[in-house]
Amino acid sequence: MENSIYLDEARDPLIIAEGWMKDGKDVAIATVVETWGSAPRPVGSHLVIDADGNFHGSVSGGCVEGAVVTEAIDVIDTGKARMLEFGVADETAWQVGLSCGGRIKVYVERLG
Amino acid sequence: MDPYALKMLNAERRARRAAILVTDLGDGRDRIVREGDQVAGDLGVAVARAFRSGNSGSVEAEGRTFFLNAHLPQPRLVVVGAVHISQALAPMARIAGYRLEIIDPRTAFATSDRFPDVTLHAEWPEDVLKREPLDSYTALAAVTHDPKIDDFALKAALDANCFYVGALGSRKTHAKRVERLLALGASADEIARIHAPIGLDIGAASPAEIAVAVLAQVVHAFRSRGLEVKGAAA
Repeated sequence: MENSIYLDEARDPLIIAEGWMKDGKDVAIATVVETWGSAPRPVGSHLVIDADGNFHGSVSGGCVEGAVVTEAIDVIDTGKARMLEFGVADETAWQVGLSCGGRIKVYVERLG
Repeated sequence: MDPYALKMLNAERRARRAAILVTDLGDGRDRIVREGDQVAGDLGVAVARAFRSGNSGSVEAEGRTFFLNAHLPQPRLVVVGAVHISQALAPMARIAGYRLEIIDPRTAFATSDRFPDVTLHAEWPEDVLKREPLDSYTALAAVTHDPKIDDFALKAALDANCFYVGALGSRKTHAKRVERLLALGASADEIARIHAPIGLDIGAASPAEIAVAVLAQVVHAFRSRGLEVKGAAA
């Protein structure tokens, strides 16, 4: 597309999700819908997941993506959307230096 | 998410047009709202606000909770003229979150030495804008005050409905420019959109101060997009 000057197609989660869909894959889309405190990724950020657990994008600084992927595979199976809530700064996170110090709410839904 | 909504959303984003994905968090149903689409009631007010701010968030309307994910193209700032003002404007624009690029066919001005880490086109605006057309999420500031370089870009900016068009030069210089733009086929109403003399009136004297005045005017234009058309929507 001549006009997509600043859309990074290779890394854009929603573009990747559309590509997966075209390839016939089952896809879930996770979206940060609310944040409290100093959350690492702003409201509206996406993580997209396929049924094999491949993912692109982020909803945090890598702290909770693993858990979201697990939930997303369930959402793909059942087709039922879910709202997840994470406290980002738990003790473990603090110890490994990921003291983001916030909380986030993530909406996970199936594509189609 | 509705696959059709995703396709439509991506098409809008690729075309650098603003769109909002509105999701009913109760039943998961969603739809795309494009800028200019009519949305009634409280939801419409929230949609208008999201288009202006670019901020996503939840809103209660009609007894339901909607999530509005606002996708605004990243604003570009195209500066015609690799001059002293532009040298100050480039780092300021970057900090403010605007993608800046500079066009100046005068190769003595447009050097990477004078503009480290800046997207520079040492070409005529005609050639650059053919490749990378202006759009309504682009601001254009013409600061060479050389008609040969500025005029084409200014006319192109008016045609593309750039959210900001500014031109350096005194009132006298601008009066002559108005005549030339009329001759190029721009209407008086279109020409009235040009900010000239350029920049908010903060008494700027040095090139760096003028850059502050220009950037502030660009931000103001960006954040008040559509207000003059749609009236006072909050």
